[in-house]
Amino acid sequence: MTSAGPVIPNFGGASSCVLRNGLFCTGWVRQHWSDTLAPALLQHLELTLVAVGIGFAIAFAGGLAAHRYRRAEQPLSVLSALLYTIPSLALFQLLVPFTGITLTTIEIALVSYTLVILFPTIVVGLRSAPPEVLEAARGMGLTPRQVLVRIELPLALPTIVGGLRIAVVSTISTATIAAFLMPEGLGHPIIFALSEPHPFKTEIYAAGALAIGLALVCDATLVAARRLLAPWARRSA
Amino acid sequence: MILADEFQPGTFVQALHFIAGNGGFLAGKALEQLELSGASLGVALALSLPLGVALGHLHRGSAFAIGASIVGRALPSLVLIGVFLTVLGIGFLNNMVALAVLGIGPILTNAYVAIDEVDRDLVEAARAMGMSDRQVLTRIELPLGAPLLLTGVRIAAVTVVATATIAAVDGGGGLGDVIVNQASYRLPGVLGASLCVMALSIGVWLVLLALQRLTTPRGLRAATLPGSSDNGKERL
Repeated sequence: MTSAGPVIPNFGGASSCVLRNGLFCTGWVRQHWSDTLAPALLQHLELTLVAVGIGFAIAFAGGLAAHRYRRAEQPLSVLSALLYTIPSLALFQLLVPFTGITLTTIEIALVSYTLVILFPTIVVGLRSAPPEVLEAARGMGLTPRQVLVRIELPLALPTIVGGLRIAVVSTISTATIAAFLMPEGLGHPIIFALSEPHPFKTEIYAAGALAIGLALVCDATLVAARRLLAPWARRSA
Repeated sequence: MILADEFQPGTFVQALHFIAGNGGFLAGKALEQLELSGASLGVALALSLPLGVALGHLHRGSAFAIGASIVGRALPSLVLIGVFLTVLGIGFLNNMVALAVLGIGPILTNAYVAIDEVDRDLVEAARAMGMSDRQVLTRIELPLGAPLLLTGVRIAAVTVVATATIAAVDGGGGLGDVIVNQASYRLPGVLGASLCVMALSIGVWLVLLALQRLTTPRGLRAATLPGSSDNGKERL
């Protein structure tokens, strides 16, 4: 065997660029787009959407509850701050005894991190309605439910979307770590390449660029959504 | 990879036994991790703190200062570590640079916002009293901005310490060495090290929180005791 060149098991037809581990082998990317990169990208998107979706549902319910019963807020926010300090790699491992090496384990960890971000922003958002506006609404005879739906929620929207942006982007980042647990998502090609004696640069760059690109595209989508839903808010609070 | 079938009801107890039986070894690994994190945080601080404070003082470059943490967030730690590995080779340096990049965003953004948002009336009053630009910065803006500024440092520190675990994939050492090496340490070892990593980053968070409370000017203490709303304060 050649000891000088990199050993890349999944390189398929080896071009000279791959053999000398060139800076970026476009040929390799084209060749492995459909069998490595595209599936990883889709898995990554799925991991993220499921996590943020579930996280948002829980945080929204919790946020409404905390908005009504203020006492629940303090313990919940301390809990979430502590959770945020737990390294993702450790959290994945600590869940394994309970839920095994499954997508459930990955999603529980990812959902937990989204809660840390989404819950406080939803509470802050719901609270952002100016008191005089609330008073005017009540004065016009709106029921508490109508106040929530017609006043507080629309006013909270920009803040909530701001929280969603952070949640989506950081979930995409954390989801790369999930590949330590299972061969899922864009972290997998990176960890695979890193485990080689001569890490294959193209694979790291391509998967890394896809992860960053995915984050930027999702962020831009949410910004566009906010413009559409809340045209009155120029910047997120 | 993890062997879940290794798990039995007593595994967590075994993990505690592992911690008790390998205290010195784990402490050494934790120290390694703190060394790497400390160096990274030092580099991040040196690069971003003066810049953030200067921009905040001049009320300039808000898009850049705030954008830094948005861009920083979009950079997955694993990608950074992988990319710097290909540029700088395996070892301390590439991990340190990757982690420093992660720390820059929160420090820069919070330093900028902390100084920029100091009450303009106070700054004007200070100037009217004849304070020089430098005095305004050191006596008014920095003390008043300190809580928010230190929140940024705390977020950066916890992020760096937590992420340093992942640095183990390319020779960064630290407790991550144990976590990614189940073949040698078995599941109890991996869980034990995970518990230690958790304790380490919560410890760093608490120490910095205490430090932050100590350095907060007395007049501000009642009003802003930063606890958990860090995420909201980081601004988007």
